[in-house]
Amino acid sequence: MTNTLASERAEQPPRSHLIIEPEGPSVFGLENVSFWYGRKQALGDISMKIPVKRVTALIGPSGCGKTTLLRCLNRMNDLIPGVRLEGSVNYHEHNIYAKDIDPVEVRRRIGMVFQKPNPFPKSIFENVAFGARVNGYKGDMRERVEKSLRQAALWDEVSDDLKKSGLALSGGQQQRLCIARALAVQPDVILMDEPCSALDPIATLKIEDLIRDLVKELTIVIVTHNMQQAARVSDYTAFMLAGVQGVGQLIEYGPTRELFTNPRDQRTEDYITGRFG
Amino acid sequence: MQGEHIEPVDLRATGAVARRQAFSRLSRYLLLAMSLLGVATLVVLGYITIDDGAGRIDLDFLTNYPSRFADQAGLRSSALGTIWILGTTIVLAIPVAVGTAIWIEEFAPKNALLTFVKLNIANLAGVPSIIYGILGLAMFVRFADLGPSILAGALTLTLMIIPMTVIASQEAIKQVPPSLREGSLAVGATQWQTVWSHVLPSALPGIITGVILSISRAAGETAALIMIGAFSFIAFDHSLNPAEALQDDFTTIPIQIYNWTIRPQEAFRQNAAAAIILLMIAVFTLNLTAAVIRERFRRTY
Amino acid sequence: MTALSPGAGDPEFRKSLRKRPLNHWNETIIKAALVACAFVTLATTALIIFVLFSETISFFRDVSFADFFLDTEWQPLQKPVSFGIWELVAGTLNVVLWSLLIAVPIGMATAIYLSEFANPRTRRVLKPVLEALAGVPTVVYAFFALSFITQDLLQPGLGKGTVPIFNSLSASVMLAVMILPTIASLSEDAMSNVPRDLREAAYGLGSTRIEVSLRVVVPAALSGIMASILLGIARVIGETMIVAIAAGSTPNLTLDPLASIQTMTGYMLQVGLGDAARGTVDYRSLFAVGTMLFLMTLLFNIASQLIIGRYREQYE
Repeated sequence: MTNTLASERAEQPPRSHLIIEPEGPSVFGLENVSFWYGRKQALGDISMKIPVKRVTALIGPSGCGKTTLLRCLNRMNDLIPGVRLEGSVNYHEHNIYAKDIDPVEVRRRIGMVFQKPNPFPKSIFENVAFGARVNGYKGDMRERVEKSLRQAALWDEVSDDLKKSGLALSGGQQQRLCIARALAVQPDVILMDEPCSALDPIATLKIEDLIRDLVKELTIVIVTHNMQQAARVSDYTAFMLAGVQGVGQLIEYGPTRELFTNPRDQRTEDYITGRFG
Repeated sequence: MQGEHIEPVDLRATGAVARRQAFSRLSRYLLLAMSLLGVATLVVLGYITIDDGAGRIDLDFLTNYPSRFADQAGLRSSALGTIWILGTTIVLAIPVAVGTAIWIEEFAPKNALLTFVKLNIANLAGVPSIIYGILGLAMFVRFADLGPSILAGALTLTLMIIPMTVIASQEAIKQVPPSLREGSLAVGATQWQTVWSHVLPSALPGIITGVILSISRAAGETAALIMIGAFSFIAFDHSLNPAEALQDDFTTIPIQIYNWTIRPQEAFRQNAAAAIILLMIAVFTLNLTAAVIRERFRRTY
Repeated sequence: MTALSPGAGDPEFRKSLRKRPLNHWNETIIKAALVACAFVTLATTALIIFVLFSETISFFRDVSFADFFLDTEWQPLQKPVSFGIWELVAGTLNVVLWSLLIAVPIGMATAIYLSEFANPRTRRVLKPVLEALAGVPTVVYAFFALSFITQDLLQPGLGKGTVPIFNSLSASVMLAVMILPTIASLSEDAMSNVPRDLREAAYGLGSTRIEVSLRVVVPAALSGIMASILLGIARVIGETMIVAIAAGSTPNLTLDPLASIQTMTGYMLQVGLGDAARGTVDYRSLFAVGTMLFLMTLLFNIASQLIIGRYREQYE
């Protein structure tokens, strides 16, 4: 066993110096993850560990596969017909793509916030309560909703009128409502797919503060286009790039400060200094 | 520029261009006149019908059984028959049609079977109603031995309206944005919980619109019901107990209209006109309701 | 984070992630029920084909293929019986011909007006009104055809001697009104889908509005227009009440609009009214004619769908 592994490793290009694995316990361990939409390969051979109770940012130019990678982490990609994943995504050392794993069980532990705020066309209360309810929460729903809204720093703004439609809120409030909705399930991880891309700078700052707050309790993985944002909120940063035929690859990964101040790969440096292209 | 002589350019249409423009302007009114032809025909015919039949509508006309004397004949049994047939059809058709649409849009694997199912539904929607009639005759009336009963009639109409109800429901479900589904799935809801709590409520106005239009089509259906043998003299009220009523022979308003239309006497033509007025009021009310629901709940995603 | 708090590599935690059949048993039942719903439509098709073909095969045990397809006389109800289908097919083609001659020009004019000339307000009013025509029950059109078109219009106009009480023309007029919304609405969709730059190119060359409509928009939308006409034909072929009431019940190998005729659907309804006993040749002839009708409508419907499918591909 060890022999085969050693020989396989030897055949791969040396890249260990570009990947600095985080210390301490990790939530996710990706092993040689490759991903296809039909015949088109979107991710190639990605291996990395994502640490517990830290913010990990995925950055890179459009089409580099960072959103695809994020959606692999809670099996949201299952919903697209004709997709295929090779390798394994280990969540607390259990491969979530094993045959007997239920994607619904995975998603209730690993929540997600999307690029465009997508509250349900229902009241604020129902928006937050829905997740808790489908997951069989039997306790005091008002308490759970309030707690989630407080955690999402939205309570003070909406506590007067929880019956108001979620769609009546401003964009930034809607996005925090979506975060509250995810929190009400009490997830272990929250995945965020460019959560601020549709928001103005002030709303963005509020969400970023919220992220720093939340990470005391849970793990956050965030995809962002905005390098300042990655630098501001994340503890670790992964830089991805589409290689040959648009296959997304992990180029460099390490502590955010290190990656931004002292990038080891030329392409990373070009990207973060804006000389990309 | 100053002092320079500018040749005046006349941009008014002359000669051939003027003729072409005049023709183009004229064609607008020609086309409009032709567009209104179909509607105008119907307005005129509608007016004559009202003129013929309105005087015939009174309480007796609604509460009398059919009769061989035109002035004593009424719509009692045909109206009750219509209500029973439509009620039963709604109960049978809606769950199956909406279920099929949900399966196609939300659950079906995207493979050759699904393509075939969709193609098949599109073709079924184009099958003439009289074919459904002989299917009902062979399967429900003769083979299942239900006779020309309300149940056999409703089953026949159910098969007839399922395809168009499915297509309308599919359209409504397709309008629900994927982000709504993702939001629900991401908090750990199952596929069915997502469909039940979010997709169906959002698609409901569209589905109801489609269902109402299908019902209005079933309300006017004549040929399929005559084929299964619903052309008898009915002079009794159906029991309020479905188990008994479903086995009754029946007649409906469109069948009654047919019955009166083919008689040579002028008095029956008036009866037919009167029944048509009532049927059209019912059908237009249904269509209008559908249109209002569609406009009112048009979501702006 | 108590209940869901994971333990790395903890087998108990692994178990909690597993699919538990009992956990989602209602989900499974619901999915099965939905599949069953979808199966109903497949079963309907299978039953239609089974019923039509099995009785048709029985029919051809009594009546030879040659009689059916070569004889020109359809006289099933009185002796000597003969089953030459062409008289009924001719009846159907008769009403198809005359209703199209009325509906296509009007439908085209309506579509061109709505798509190229009408201002949005007129359009918003006219389109729903037009579509309301599609909601009128056909038995109502049948009444109009017999009572008004024939008795109040054709007979007084052309003389009772030339116009029999049952005639193809009165049915064709109402069939044309019936398919007008189909043809106008689908053609208008096709015209509206013609790319704007095509129109602008023609206007840029100094064409008038009607020239752009007729020389650019209509040719570009031709496949959609064809599809709408084919769909209209399928509906005319399948329509029963209008022809049964207004066109007559005398099989007649003619395309004369003033003749009394019988269509395939008209014959079927006549047998349906007569309560033909199961197993008799009358009863079976119902299914033989039904099969012919089914195949003809299927042909036009599929042709229409193929054309629509092709032009969707072009623009998407």
